[in-house]
Amino acid sequence: MTNNTPLTNNTGLSKSAAPGVANSGLATQPDNHFDRKGLVQIVLLGLLFLVPVAAYFLGHIYYVNLASRITIIAMAAVGLNLAIGYGGMVSFGHAAYFGLGGYVAGISAYHAFNFTPFMTWPVNVPGSDSMLVVWLVAILVCALLALAIGAISLRTTGVYFIMITLAFAQMIYYFANSWPTYGGEDGLPIYLRNGLPGLDTNNALTYFLICFFGLVLAMAITSRLMKSRFGAALTMARLNDVRLATAGISPYPIRLVAFVISAVITGLAGALYADLNGFVSPTMLSWHFSGELMVIVILGGVGRLYGPLAGAVLFVMMETLLGGMTQYWQLFLGLVLLGVVLFAKHGVMGWLAGRERNE
Amino acid sequence: MSETILSLNHLHKQFGALQATNDVSLELQTGEIHALIGPNGAGKSTLIGQIAGNIRPDKGSVYLSGTEITGMSIAQRARLGLGRSFQVSSLAEPLSVMRNVMMGVQALQSHSFRFWKPVAQDQQLLEPAVEALERMQLSHRAWTPVCELSHGERRQVEVACALALKPRALLLDEPMAGLGPEGSAKLTELLEALKLEVPILLIEHDMDAVFRLADRISVLVSGSVIAHGDSQTIRQDPRVRDAYLGDADA
Repeated sequence: MTNNTPLTNNTGLSKSAAPGVANSGLATQPDNHFDRKGLVQIVLLGLLFLVPVAAYFLGHIYYVNLASRITIIAMAAVGLNLAIGYGGMVSFGHAAYFGLGGYVAGISAYHAFNFTPFMTWPVNVPGSDSMLVVWLVAILVCALLALAIGAISLRTTGVYFIMITLAFAQMIYYFANSWPTYGGEDGLPIYLRNGLPGLDTNNALTYFLICFFGLVLAMAITSRLMKSRFGAALTMARLNDVRLATAGISPYPIRLVAFVISAVITGLAGALYADLNGFVSPTMLSWHFSGELMVIVILGGVGRLYGPLAGAVLFVMMETLLGGMTQYWQLFLGLVLLGVVLFAKHGVMGWLAGRERNE
Repeated sequence: MSETILSLNHLHKQFGALQATNDVSLELQTGEIHALIGPNGAGKSTLIGQIAGNIRPDKGSVYLSGTEITGMSIAQRARLGLGRSFQVSSLAEPLSVMRNVMMGVQALQSHSFRFWKPVAQDQQLLEPAVEALERMQLSHRAWTPVCELSHGERRQVEVACALALKPRALLLDEPMAGLGPEGSAKLTELLEALKLEVPILLIEHDMDAVFRLADRISVLVSGSVIAHGDSQTIRQDPRVRDAYLGDADA
């Protein structure tokens, strides 16, 4: 293992080859392929941070909001990447959690705006225009929904899992479409962006920074999680679930918990997205968005920590730049996706930062 | 005195018209290697499946250290101390040997819903894993990805994974399969040293290894145990020679 090949992993596990490894400070050795991968990651995250800050002070609010959009989509993809990339669970229904998070923000704001209670029985639940409340509720609702959907879907694998997650998401999509109380297919506007104590969330830069913080937090949690015992078990569930069971760990609960965490991250991104646009509609719940998230994860690099970010940047930029030129921009998206799948199996991150070695 | 660790009581399993397991009773006692041999199609895999937990018997029961495990999942059995290896290596190939072995240690030390502490620094996990690897003389390969190992080394990793569980009984499904004479001899030696600590139920085709290692041998033919005894008895049993050993080397 030499220093200039990006072969070592970043968990510190394959660092020491000495037999007395258990007693040596094996985790204290520096990460020796910081160079290329670390550079790509810092540049990516740095650009995402600096460009909107610069744009804000130059007065280009449009670009700040565009960056917020990229950040939120990236965060949603971070959630999906936990399921697909790290857990091997190809969910084709993550729009359900994204949309649900959005509807939590929308419905809460709607009731707060109209001073009507969300429900009066058995307890009186008012709306709220506080993001903290919205996020907390979004976490709870998405976790419960993912627990139910996951508990059923994870009894299947492969194509059946893909189809069953899609089916559940479509059920929720059609429900939202046909339920008139919150706008049905027309969607629900959020007239006043939800607030955070001490911050002016209507300020584009402040809102971008909130989203940026959410993205970084989601990535940090994913990274830490995957290095823990839980992550080790999830990795083994993906690579060889028979081995995991033979080692005495049932794969099912491990997968289910990962699925729930994944859904919660995507759901929180949905809540942020609704507040960014001041609008939530069934589009957020549709299978098109599930597909877009999958495309982003694959573009960026499945199971790579920075993959969703790279994928979201590429996707939204193409959508914005090419979409401004031609309505057939998805033709080019298709070509890029084809190129990635055929020639860069590890996505944009694999191409930029080199192949990642599994611990 | 030796006590019974694993016992199969009157197991039956039928697939359609095929009686794959027909009233099989076996015991594995401390300090012994009990070999199970039989020609292809004798129902060895079905029997292993019923011990390991991926096949449910139609009738009969399986006990591990006095606890009935007949209805338990594979993972529950493993936690109770049933270590097993597979006929075809079943390891996570991109991961290091260490990561494969650590899984069993992790299962043993409570649940896996620990989300924060990195395993890379967890001496509680590393030390027992290194110990299991040392027993199989593999600690120099601890950080090598499994996909870079030789076939023989993988077979040793399989056993080390099972050892990481601190098992009460080992179920080894053709551990010598595909090994050359040298690898086979090495593994035989390692298993011989191991049996004093963990009794082993050995399913094996390599007759040299079986006759050298086994304290007792059971012969399975068409789902039933047709003979049972030490290697001398089995070698001379006419039914066994007829059904299995043929004209080969008996």
